[in-house]
Amino acid sequence: MKTLLGISAVALVSVLLSSSFSVSAEPIPADKIATLREAPLNVEPTPPAMQKVINSDVKEVRNYPMQPPVIPHKIDGYQVNLKVNKCMSCHDRSRTGDSQAPMVSVTHYMDRENNFLATLSPRRYFCTQCHVPQLDAKLLVPNDFVDMDTLIKADINKEAKH
Amino acid sequence: MIAKLLATLKKVWVVLRKPSVHYSLGFLTLGGFIAGVIFWGGFNTALSVSNTEAFCISCHEMENNVYQEMQSTIHFTNRSGVRATCPDCHVPHNWTDKIARKMQASKEVWGKVFGTINTPEKFEAKRRELAEHEWARLKANDSLECRNCHNFDYMDFTRQSPRAAAMHSTSLASGEKTCIDCHKGIAHHLPDMQGVEGW
Repeated sequence: MKTLLGISAVALVSVLLSSSFSVSAEPIPADKIATLREAPLNVEPTPPAMQKVINSDVKEVRNYPMQPPVIPHKIDGYQVNLKVNKCMSCHDRSRTGDSQAPMVSVTHYMDRENNFLATLSPRRYFCTQCHVPQLDAKLLVPNDFVDMDTLIKADINKEAKH
Repeated sequence: MIAKLLATLKKVWVVLRKPSVHYSLGFLTLGGFIAGVIFWGGFNTALSVSNTEAFCISCHEMENNVYQEMQSTIHFTNRSGVRATCPDCHVPHNWTDKIARKMQASKEVWGKVFGTINTPEKFEAKRRELAEHEWARLKANDSLECRNCHNFDYMDFTRQSPRAAAMHSTSLASGEKTCIDCHKGIAHHLPDMQGVEGW
């Protein structure tokens, strides 16, 4: 019962805070809410210019601790299949010395029962299932994600006021 | 048998040594010159024809496997429209090296005749071996065919990504590594890389 109360309290706080802490972006006008395709169905509109992939090699901060880190470089033509895993030619434990790339997390060397394996776990093999490069594009839809640190800070401030 | 052959050779030698009876010196020198021009021109034309992509992909082994794989890579299609054709990477541009490579290629004619890689399955089975030949060739000539276009002296590290600049300004600059050491599988699919250095 206590935990249930705790959870509902957290939920309440986050709902209250999400309105005040949401990232301010232009709201989408009502006539565009149904679709972002601004052309009749029988017309093929000119697609927007392709966006550039961010290739800065600078680590991006994760939005929450267990978020799969995004890829800060281009991965055009990287072959990941039964024969080769191009990503692992830099990010494998044994390769990080030469490449100076971050090693894939230790969880990738564990099976689902948390037993350690000598090599990459098969269920973690296809990198882009979780890890993706980012585009240098402007947001089409406002993102009102609130970082948990922000929530905790707001919580502390509220407690202090009481 | 050998005595007979020797006798024939001796007869030929005697004829060659004798001055011409029927033809004038002018006819022989001019005729020799023209025949030389035709022979040399024909040889060079045949050489350059065999050095085109159209010739390479006239074999289905090349067209259905490696040529298809190449089409999605940056060496085939890119923003500026500069592209590499098969011989740009696989045949040396220098005359002597080119002739040496062409002589090696006679083995490829053998493979074509006997259907060594005439099905996708056979090609897949041979992919590692064939790839290793190319890696060894490029390693031995310090990635000469890459460097025909990608000249290290004119590389601007500031226009490269930090990762690329770090590698090129150290390992490549010192000559410790050459292009092919890191850039494997840039134009064609990779084979199983088990045990390859750096994988």
